[in-house]
Amino acid sequence: MTVETQNRGRSETAAPVAPAIELIGVSKSFGPVQANKDISMTVARGAIHGIVGENGAGKSTLMSILYGFYKADAGVIKINGIETEITDSHAAIAAGIGMVHQHFMLVEPFTVLENVIMGAEDGPLLRPSLAKARKVLTQLAKEYELEVDPDAIVGDLSVGFQQRVEILKALYREADILILDEPTGVLTPAEADHLFRILENLKAQGKTIVLITHKLREIMAVTDTVSVMRRGEMTATVKTADTSPSELADLMVGRHVLLEVDKQPANPGEVFLEVKNLSAIDHQGVEKLKNISFNLRAGEILGVAGVAGNGQSDLLEILGGISPATNGEVLVKGDPIDLSRKASAAHRRDRGIGHVPEDRHQRGLVMAFQTWENTPFGYHNRPQFRKPMGLANQKAMLDDAKAKIEKFDIRPTSPFLPASSYSGGNQQKIVIAREIDANPDILLVGQPTRGVDIGAIEFIHKQIIGLRDAGKAVLLVSVELDEILALSDRIIVMFDGTIQGERRPDETNEQELGMLMAGMNPEEAQ
Amino acid sequence: MELLQLMDSAVRLATPLLLAALAGLYSERSGIFDIGLEGKMLMGAFVAGAFSAVAGMPVADGGWGWTHGMAWFGLFMAIIVSVMLSLIHGFASITLRGNQLISGVAINFFAAGTTVLVGQEWFHSGGMTPTLKDNQRFEPITLPFADAVKDVPVLGPIYSDLISGHNIIVYIALAAVPVTWWILFRTRFGLRLRAVGENPAAVDTAGISVIKQRYAAVIIAGVLCGVAGAYLSLGTSAAGFVKDMSAGKGFIALAALIFAKWQPRGVLMAALLFGFLEAIGNKYQSVDLGLFVIPVQFMQALPYILTVVILAGFIGKAVPPAAGGEPYVKER
Repeated sequence: MTVETQNRGRSETAAPVAPAIELIGVSKSFGPVQANKDISMTVARGAIHGIVGENGAGKSTLMSILYGFYKADAGVIKINGIETEITDSHAAIAAGIGMVHQHFMLVEPFTVLENVIMGAEDGPLLRPSLAKARKVLTQLAKEYELEVDPDAIVGDLSVGFQQRVEILKALYREADILILDEPTGVLTPAEADHLFRILENLKAQGKTIVLITHKLREIMAVTDTVSVMRRGEMTATVKTADTSPSELADLMVGRHVLLEVDKQPANPGEVFLEVKNLSAIDHQGVEKLKNISFNLRAGEILGVAGVAGNGQSDLLEILGGISPATNGEVLVKGDPIDLSRKASAAHRRDRGIGHVPEDRHQRGLVMAFQTWENTPFGYHNRPQFRKPMGLANQKAMLDDAKAKIEKFDIRPTSPFLPASSYSGGNQQKIVIAREIDANPDILLVGQPTRGVDIGAIEFIHKQIIGLRDAGKAVLLVSVELDEILALSDRIIVMFDGTIQGERRPDETNEQELGMLMAGMNPEEAQ
Repeated sequence: MELLQLMDSAVRLATPLLLAALAGLYSERSGIFDIGLEGKMLMGAFVAGAFSAVAGMPVADGGWGWTHGMAWFGLFMAIIVSVMLSLIHGFASITLRGNQLISGVAINFFAAGTTVLVGQEWFHSGGMTPTLKDNQRFEPITLPFADAVKDVPVLGPIYSDLISGHNIIVYIALAAVPVTWWILFRTRFGLRLRAVGENPAAVDTAGISVIKQRYAAVIIAGVLCGVAGAYLSLGTSAAGFVKDMSAGKGFIALAALIFAKWQPRGVLMAALLFGFLEAIGNKYQSVDLGLFVIPVQFMQALPYILTVVILAGFIGKAVPPAAGGEPYVKER
């Protein structure tokens, strides 16, 4: 398979110009873990080349080698046909490679100009460099639709603009090859579309673009060729036109996966959760939630869509008993719950509300604890885990952990491993196992599949739907529109602390939801 | 006239704070917290005092019998030793990625002990250096026309008493404020230094060495601490080194730095404020308010009380450099 597709790729790029990037037999190990195994890849000049793969497949390591963050153990890198030793980022920049990192490499208190020139100054004094950068930026803005106020403080810009600054940084350094690592993870659909227009403009100017993503839709939309990585190996390189999302998914996982979530129509029952006029002001006096009301019924999944930071997290935290509300009422099966400062997550669990927090590292798990210590959390005061004199029943905890590992397919299967040694997907399975196995009436789920690989996503989605089919109510908060659309029976869109609209998934689409997420009202817009 | 004297005294007392706080500014702006300002200053004071004393001592008494340049030699040695301590702090916190607070505390203890131990061994006078003669110290400089304009109303005394008549280190310290501002905000070096304290990964991916940049900052901090220390033993009326003579000034400098929100101009203001409070404490031993008497101890504690108030966060939000205190580990 590998050989065949490699040959195919090569014959197509056998033009007189040398490929922009050629990797031959690149390998890299971290201790016993081989992150990249004998990788060979060719990226044609002027192409948009996608790299897909699950988390931990080695995409980021490979790009880090290309950008000089790591040194490969073996292998050859050719840039524009010339063998190049990329010892550090400086060498990568000199070779014409620019990188837009997943987590932006920006200095937030600096202005756009300062960020752009840093490391590419013309002399020991800043003034001439700043003046030059201002001129270049104006020109780049015109050429590529990359308008940014050069004097804005980067920390004040939205993520979409921050990303433009990252691209500008690379272009200012006269990069010919631009690597983008998961560029759309933080963008609204409209911002993502703008980014793709920018990429098309760059391509039209002869730049080469490497796009790393796990979103197959994006790969299909913008790339010319796509390489698939799995477990540190390059398993295939194909022309985008010749492939399909489901074929790519199968190549990524190494087996057949269901991209479409298989679920029956919902059968909503009585109202389990009633939120009335809920408002919240945080300790800095910022209004996070503005008079929110909605219902959640038994046997349905209510999806909460929105760009991160529009109140979804606050909603989850209030319902989960972590932070207080300033106003409003929440009824669980008709009875109000405590929204004051005295509320706690334990109270909520006693009322049958389970919570899978958005950030599993911060809120979901104690990373240094072993699985059997993590699985009873929040439920550790329940009778089955207690012994007289306030002691913990460790045997019961251990047995419970073993049962959950079995039931939720957590790998590796030892209950004695610290949470930090699991992959993102298996960490999330530990949290999901704990919350779903406690059999809550209402499950709050935040970003269930963030940083989780495709195989585990499929599993987690099945669990959530299983809970719904068992007559429970699920509140699903996710920034992934695909996920919201696939799982939800109803969707509410949050913007700036309010509910901007409610839709049914079969009667809406990404464009409409995207407009709602950006605070626009599609009815008015038409 | 009384106010003028107070202000004159405030400038003198502010000088070591100003130098140490600027040292902290360079270090912390680069992301290296430096709680060892105190120790470096103390060590600088001892080394400056000791070398100036030995260099100026007659050959018959075991000295080197120099007749001039002793003060400058003392200053030079103070800078060398202070920079060596800085490099130890740098090695521990930059190269070995250790805990910056612990390394700083260690330097403070090391300095407190070593100065007394070595001082006793060399000079046999309870950790003190011999009293330095005028030519072994930095003497007051009378600026041009100071005497001529003395009698001009208002401006005359300000020039001749307040502005003129300090030693060279006071002027160096004052000049260091605009120079620091210029370096930080107008040069490539400053841009990178500030960046490395905010987001070292951004600096690394821009192809610049985080480690070199941080070492450079720490070395500058060492130089400034050495000067501050030399001022204590060679530029004040102490005329020599006395055990524990830094007396917490390094910590007050840290408070001044926070008060100043890591801005050079703010550092000047904060240092002058602390200097002024200390001057008041020195001048008015106890204040009789009629109903009760404010005791001398309270007056002398004023700068320290203010330090506590500032560090407890009563000055509003002071946001330190985002990457401060964290060793840079390259990770993906």
